[in-house]
Amino acid sequence: MSRAKPSAPPQREPHGGLVVALRATFKRDLILLLRRRGEVLNPLVFFALVITLFPIGISPDPELLSTIAPGLLWVAALLAALLSLDSLFRGDYDDGTLEQLLLSPQPLAVLALAKVAVHWLLTGLPLALMAPVLGIMLSLPAGSYLVLALSLALGSASLSLIGAIGAALTVGLSRGGVLLSLLVLPLYIPVLIFGAGAVQAAILGDAVSAHLAILGALLAVALMFAPWAIAASLRISING
Amino acid sequence: MTLRLQARGLACERDDRWLFEDLDLDIVAGEIVRIEGPNGSGKTTLLKILSGQLADYQGELFWNEVPMRVARDAFLSSLLYLGHTAGVKAALTPLENLAWYQAMAGDPHSESARLAALDGVGLGGFEDLPTGQLSAGQQRRVALARLELTPRPLWVLDEPFTAIDREGVAELETRLEAHAREGGCVLVTTHHALRATPALRHVRLGAGNAHVRH
Repeated sequence: MSRAKPSAPPQREPHGGLVVALRATFKRDLILLLRRRGEVLNPLVFFALVITLFPIGISPDPELLSTIAPGLLWVAALLAALLSLDSLFRGDYDDGTLEQLLLSPQPLAVLALAKVAVHWLLTGLPLALMAPVLGIMLSLPAGSYLVLALSLALGSASLSLIGAIGAALTVGLSRGGVLLSLLVLPLYIPVLIFGAGAVQAAILGDAVSAHLAILGALLAVALMFAPWAIAASLRISING
Repeated sequence: MTLRLQARGLACERDDRWLFEDLDLDIVAGEIVRIEGPNGSGKTTLLKILSGQLADYQGELFWNEVPMRVARDAFLSSLLYLGHTAGVKAALTPLENLAWYQAMAGDPHSESARLAALDGVGLGGFEDLPTGQLSAGQQRRVALARLELTPRPLWVLDEPFTAIDREGVAELETRLEAHAREGGCVLVTTHHALRATPALRHVRLGAGNAHVRH
């Protein structure tokens, strides 16, 4: 199994190197997701399909569509993000790298944050960039596109963080998908209210900064507490 | 170098059945401890408890005479755990898999070390193939390359010989003995009979009672 020469006497690893571990975990997850493009495209296709079907199913009337557009876009994006959450820790759990992650001397909360960041980068951000294009299909009034993308980018980061807690709690269950949705959806509601509210305000010509500020505040709170909750949930799941 | 893993009065219950009760262990540097027992006797559970992954047990654990709760960080930075599942990503190449482990151990860039470790486990020439395309034994060898790559004093190996060919088994056994001689410590479960050496100890689990044999 090895070269016969005796290696240096085993010694303790120098403590630290958190940045190195963080960067490596981020890079590894990014490579993994980019190699499984289907998984990245799934939520985006779902988002596009739902938004395409609504005008066909309801009515092509631009007036009606533009009134429901903010909520519709936000709900569809939220469900698309939820769809991709189940696989966040599942692969790591199945191939044993999750237990290695838990056994690393580095703080688990920070490493989990790297995983969530990759999830947002390849799910939340593309959804936010895609939303204005789909907004055109729903006759979303001009001038609200930027707010739509911005609110989704901010909001989906909170969604990824909150959702990761649920994903971590259900990773040990073979069919955790439904339970994950039930756990996470109530926590998504504030984000949905203020996200859709921001777009609505932009359409009406009101100030949007208050809505965006609240979305930012939600993100700040999620950033502060979610990593620890994710780490604790992962430990509970592995213990089970 | 101090190296001592102790368990006092360890007991674990699963599904209303005691896997082991009142188990005392004292593992010091230079030992290879083989945990044996029939299927379902709690070998993997014991390894998981001893490597600090399971909290659902009774009794106490000490690392270098300090309670595990306090010594956890020091313990984890001395531990190399190879689980039942190899812990390698099928979509990544062996080199990328090892790069992650290397970085997790705080060692950023050293491709030559990774290549040497892969060569050492007989995977030279396979380093750029997705690990999922390799055979089961080769995937296991990718995981075993970590033994060379990230030197840690305490090795906890759950069935490391699974899917490894005969020569590989002999080499790994030699490597375990060398590690014990160098002052390291090995905890291993296997159904393969290890060569008798002075360093080797057995812990036998099964039928609710456990005893230690020297």
